Amino acid sequence: MTQGAVLDWTAGGAGIAFQSCRACSHTWYFRRGFCPRCGANPPAEHQASGLGTVHAATLVTRAPSEELRAHAPYLIVLVDADEGFRLMAHGAHDLRIGARVRCRFVPFGDRLIPFFDPA
Amino acid sequence: MSYVTGVGLTPFGKLPGRATLDLMSEAAAAALADAHLERADVDGLLCAYSTTFPHLMLSTTFVEHFGLAPTYAHSLLVGGATGFAMAMLAHTLVEARVARNILVVAGENRLTAQSRDAAVQTLAQVGHSEYEVPLGATIPAYYALVASRYMHEHGITEADLAQLAVLMRRNALAHPGAQFREAITVEDVLASKPIASPLKLLDCCPVSDGGVAFVVGREPTSASRVRILGAGQAHTHQYVSGAPSLTEFGARASVERARSHAGVELSDVRYAAIYDSFTITLTILLEEIGLAPRGEAGARARDGYFDRAGRLPLNTHGGLLSYGHCGAGGAMAHLAEAQLQMTGRAGARQVKDASVVLLHGDGGVLSSHASLVLEAR
Repeated sequence: MTQGAVLDWTAGGAGIAFQSCRACSHTWYFRRGFCPRCGANPPAEHQASGLGTVHAATLVTRAPSEELRAHAPYLIVLVDADEGFRLMAHGAHDLRIGARVRCRFVPFGDRLIPFFDPA
Repeated sequence: MSYVTGVGLTPFGKLPGRATLDLMSEAAAAALADAHLERADVDGLLCAYSTTFPHLMLSTTFVEHFGLAPTYAHSLLVGGATGFAMAMLAHTLVEARVARNILVVAGENRLTAQSRDAAVQTLAQVGHSEYEVPLGATIPAYYALVASRYMHEHGITEADLAQLAVLMRRNALAHPGAQFREAITVEDVLASKPIASPLKLLDCCPVSDGGVAFVVGREPTSASRVRILGAGQAHTHQYVSGAPSLTEFGARASVERARSHAGVELSDVRYAAIYDSFTITLTILLEEIGLAPRGEAGARARDGYFDRAGRLPLNTHGGLLSYGHCGAGGAMAHLAEAQLQMTGRAGARQVKDASVVLLHGDGGVLSSHASLVLEAR
């Protein structure tokens, strides 16, 4: 457990945070104050290793805003993290479903985001 | 017991000079006329939402604007599933004798009221505001992620998806109100502008202005005899990152609930009205519901199975892909068309047999599901 020192890219840190339940061991990604399976609280906070497997991928050509158009095309992936949760991130254009990947952090728009390369 | 006693549908596309309440009013007036009802007969009102007129109290705003005094009114919001969820609620309220004639109405000037970027950004907000939207994700991207996985698991090609776009366009050619009325081929779809792979422009429904309404009543008030036999829903997640699966959604469970209420088998269904925000949406829904075997929706479309004269006519107005998509009204156009088919009023688009109809819609990213079974009496 790494509670207290967890880096979370959605809060400006260069890391992927996730939570798990101290009662039923369920693991999940979107931060909340209780376990969405059994309701126990508070959950444990963890730092992910950044290793995982590509579950789905799309190359986005049509960006939603002028600011992000400079980045297009960009690959959005859903990655199954080794720790047992799924997250959305960016990745190298040639990533395919099933690829083993490792995370680094890159600037995108006004923040740092997770970016996966082949492991 | 409840009946869809009247329907009203505006053309979809670019309708300049008409705001949300105008489009809602136009559709509502048409639906009341079709049901042979006056405003004073309406004792229930269900509204949806409008992204271009995000009022906190859309239903009472419409009550005042249109000139109603219902005993029951509110809005309901489950994205693309809203139209059929409102029909389910209207059916339930009528059966519970809360109201006798419920007007269900939605409309939005989604195309002319804002820039394309604004529409894309507004719709992207169905994704997670902290974990997904900052990545530059859009609605097409969410569905494209689903498509990549579903196609991977079931051996579906981009040409298979394209068959459904071609079918919806062919259907739209016969409807004067459709937004797109130029024939397209599989090659056109494959060569259209990339949006979010594997989805290209012609795999995506357009953004449209439009309005749709229908009346659900305790008894028929016109010559139309269309009964709501059953309804069901299923809700499994909101965000694509949190979906339990990218290949199994809530569609089957929702349809099974509707079917078991209705007491009909899938094989009894003669006409299908299925949500088609993207070619992949229609593919997955048809296959998960069981209207096509896994991986074969495109082949069935190619072989004429879903044609107007085929085994199971589908979205004969052209669907979201070609009639257009104005928000909550999008799926309601499927219902309006189904009611016309069931009452023999679809003109050049009339199918031989629309005695039993299955409708299914999804909202979010295949997150929220609502299904209906209708029967022509």
